[in-house]
Amino acid sequence: MTAGYSRILAVFAFIAILVTLPLWIRDTFYVNIASQILIWSIAAMGLNLLVGYAGLVSLGHASLFAIGGYAVGIAITSGFDQLTAFVIGLAIILLISAIFGALALRSTGIGFLMITLAIGQILWGVAYRWVSLTNGDNGISIPARPQPFGLDIEGPTPFYYLALAVFILALAFTSRLVLSPLGAAIRGTRDEPRRMTALGYNVWLTRYIAFVMSGFLSGIAGLLFLYYNGFVSPQVLTVQSSSEILLMVLSGGSATIFGPFVGALVIVFMKNVASSFVERWSLVLGLIFVLIIIFIPEGIVPGLARLKTGFGGARRIRAVPAPSGEAS
Amino acid sequence: MNPLRVKGLCKSFGGLRVTRDVDLDVAAGERRLIIGPNGAGKTTLFNLIAGEIKPDAGEISLMGRDITRSPGRARAHMGLARTYQIITLFPQDTLIRNVSIALMGLMPLRWNPFANLSQCRDVSDAAHEALERVGLVHLADRKISETSYGECRRVEIAMALAQQPSVLLLDEPLAGLSVDERRGVQDLLLSIPRDVTTVMIEHDMDVALRFAERITLMHFGAVVLDGTRDEVVNAPQTREVYLAG
Amino acid sequence: MWFILTINSVTLGGLLFLLSAGFSLIFGLMRIPNLTHGSFFMLGGYLGVTLIRFGLNFWIAAILTALIMAAIGVTVERLLLRPLGGNAMQQVLLTLGLSFIIADLSLMIWTGDPVRVPTPPGLEGTASLFALQFPLYRLAVVGIAVIIAVGLWLMIERTRLGAMIRAGVDDAPMARVVGIRVSALFSVVFALGAALAGFAGLMAGPYLSIYPGLDSEMLPLALIVVILGGTNSLLGALVGSFIIGFLFNFGQVLFPNLAYVILFLPMLVILMFRPQGLFGRLT
Repeated sequence: MTAGYSRILAVFAFIAILVTLPLWIRDTFYVNIASQILIWSIAAMGLNLLVGYAGLVSLGHASLFAIGGYAVGIAITSGFDQLTAFVIGLAIILLISAIFGALALRSTGIGFLMITLAIGQILWGVAYRWVSLTNGDNGISIPARPQPFGLDIEGPTPFYYLALAVFILALAFTSRLVLSPLGAAIRGTRDEPRRMTALGYNVWLTRYIAFVMSGFLSGIAGLLFLYYNGFVSPQVLTVQSSSEILLMVLSGGSATIFGPFVGALVIVFMKNVASSFVERWSLVLGLIFVLIIIFIPEGIVPGLARLKTGFGGARRIRAVPAPSGEAS
Repeated sequence: MNPLRVKGLCKSFGGLRVTRDVDLDVAAGERRLIIGPNGAGKTTLFNLIAGEIKPDAGEISLMGRDITRSPGRARAHMGLARTYQIITLFPQDTLIRNVSIALMGLMPLRWNPFANLSQCRDVSDAAHEALERVGLVHLADRKISETSYGECRRVEIAMALAQQPSVLLLDEPLAGLSVDERRGVQDLLLSIPRDVTTVMIEHDMDVALRFAERITLMHFGAVVLDGTRDEVVNAPQTREVYLAG
Repeated sequence: MWFILTINSVTLGGLLFLLSAGFSLIFGLMRIPNLTHGSFFMLGGYLGVTLIRFGLNFWIAAILTALIMAAIGVTVERLLLRPLGGNAMQQVLLTLGLSFIIADLSLMIWTGDPVRVPTPPGLEGTASLFALQFPLYRLAVVGIAVIIAVGLWLMIERTRLGAMIRAGVDDAPMARVVGIRVSALFSVVFALGAALAGFAGLMAGPYLSIYPGLDSEMLPLALIVVILGGTNSLLGALVGSFIIGFLFNFGQVLFPNLAYVILFLPMLVILMFRPQGLFGRLT
């Protein structure tokens, strides 16, 4: 039981640090970076539901991240008010996730990865080429951040608290889901899909629900991203962008609650801070990718746990699921 | 009305005919044994009945309803449960969690994203009960990956029994067990309630013959013989098949 | 205009075939989509043009490029992919990481400006037939693609190496049982795929020119060709390449806004109704 209490204590300490963060770091540059980390954490938490818990590796998640931002941006520029635009955004995220998932789940394993990559490219193509709708390469801008419940979130610190509130909600939702019957079912379909079918589970539908939840969570992060930048462009939908989210999941540790946060922390920090010293972000990204896959395939959080328990009792967790070629 | 009927079932993989025109008729409460040499198509027959693969021809009915085209999960909801020859459990989960997953397979609860599974009293009570029946309740919170092979076999059976099936398919429940472990599992098999119609594939004849009332002999994908225990054991075909195989 | 479009479509189809034949073979044998394949294409273009700048003849540069790319392919397979054992997902992600590294290194070496590759001497002009003007170089590209397609087909169907590859594609464990060193085949096929992709990159040079981002434009094309045609089918790669070649060029003129979407539509249709691809077999 003491282990349970110390865990709860650690979570509270973690949240307390996040809540008081703007008080310690006065520099708005770093407050903004903290907001970015939270936004990408939420996106990675969404992808983690799929990659970590359902065992389905998607390379098209950036398009689900960006789609809501585009929907809201287009709605606002065509004259809708912020609230309506927000609701339209949520609806579009759900709709596209539902279609995307139905197509991608024709397959699992490597096939799933290839289809998500291809569909991600289609959506990138729409954003990049359908200039009359998406403004092409220039992207879509919104004039101002919304004022949810009349709150002003234009400043870095108020916006940080908005991102933090959504982050905590997402964290609560995922940690709840993982302990729930549905969460157990989702992991079951990852490990033993045949057995799950024989036990009466609808494996396809379970995966589909995981996909839509995953897309929805990542899409919400994308809305925050739009509000943060005031701007969304095809750059956000590229394979590289999808790969960054995936790398956050894998580097932090897939199928862990805090892995996506740790991954987002590392990647966003490297991207923002390191890239002001080193110019070559792609190179760094590629190198981290290769190094993580070769040396700590289970990710940072489980990797640290392994160090703590000693190498003797190390159990290798499959960070990336082996493809299961079964038809369901 | 017999709970499990199979008529004219055929299945080929490529050019290989693994199930040839198989008929099987199992009466309510019956304990049926399927024997035959390796490659006789016994496990394929189970996979066909459970809906994991689709037959090329023939019909399967469960509790009087045609299930030939029903997906595997629907068959589970109609009262069919099975165990696997190769243990397929969730290795990172505890015994109690494994059995809970089996229990939830038939409950609407399995779609609930908010409830805390370990605090669902009815599930955990039923899961403990199922573990009690196979004598493993003291290991409820141990991980499968840290559990012995013989105990895993029992968990397999506990998961199937937890679903309170009308028809139970047991695929070599004694495979790979030591003599002592066999005795335990044998008692467990004999304790399965009589109202559960049970079909078992097993090579261990001593145990199997104590368990079964009727035996079906398969060879090269086809049913060679079907009859009471003594009929099949004493039939010349049985000796032929095993000597030839 | 329709005529030019058709010529462009056939040329692109030929290039896509060179790119996706190797992609398809690697996928068939190793069961992974090689996400560095677009990078191999771009790298081949850059390497080739560098060799030409050193004063080499276009064709000699093309052959040298293919050889260098083959060596790079073997290195990647031996040094990076093989240590991951059979974990396909890790291998795929590694090829993805590698593609970022190659993209950035290329940007460092060859800068962000598009590099024009001179058309090989003797092929600059056009040939007229029935009052139509055929650009010679594009005809040559198509001709080379056809020759290589026939060569590959002969290699797969008629040689011992081809027989081993077919056996490996059909059933790797069984191939191992009968004494084929499947892992050695991985290197061969990876080298072949990289060589073909790099060669195609240089061939594309005089026509598309070489620029950063070419890799991520070509990779999805190879991907849809293979999903469309079906993996481990050369014929599928060939037919798929020409379908995409036509869709790409005609789509861009007819539906400029949605050209990219149209490119992927046949793939979606195939996925819905024939997931193994047009010429693929269910395994």
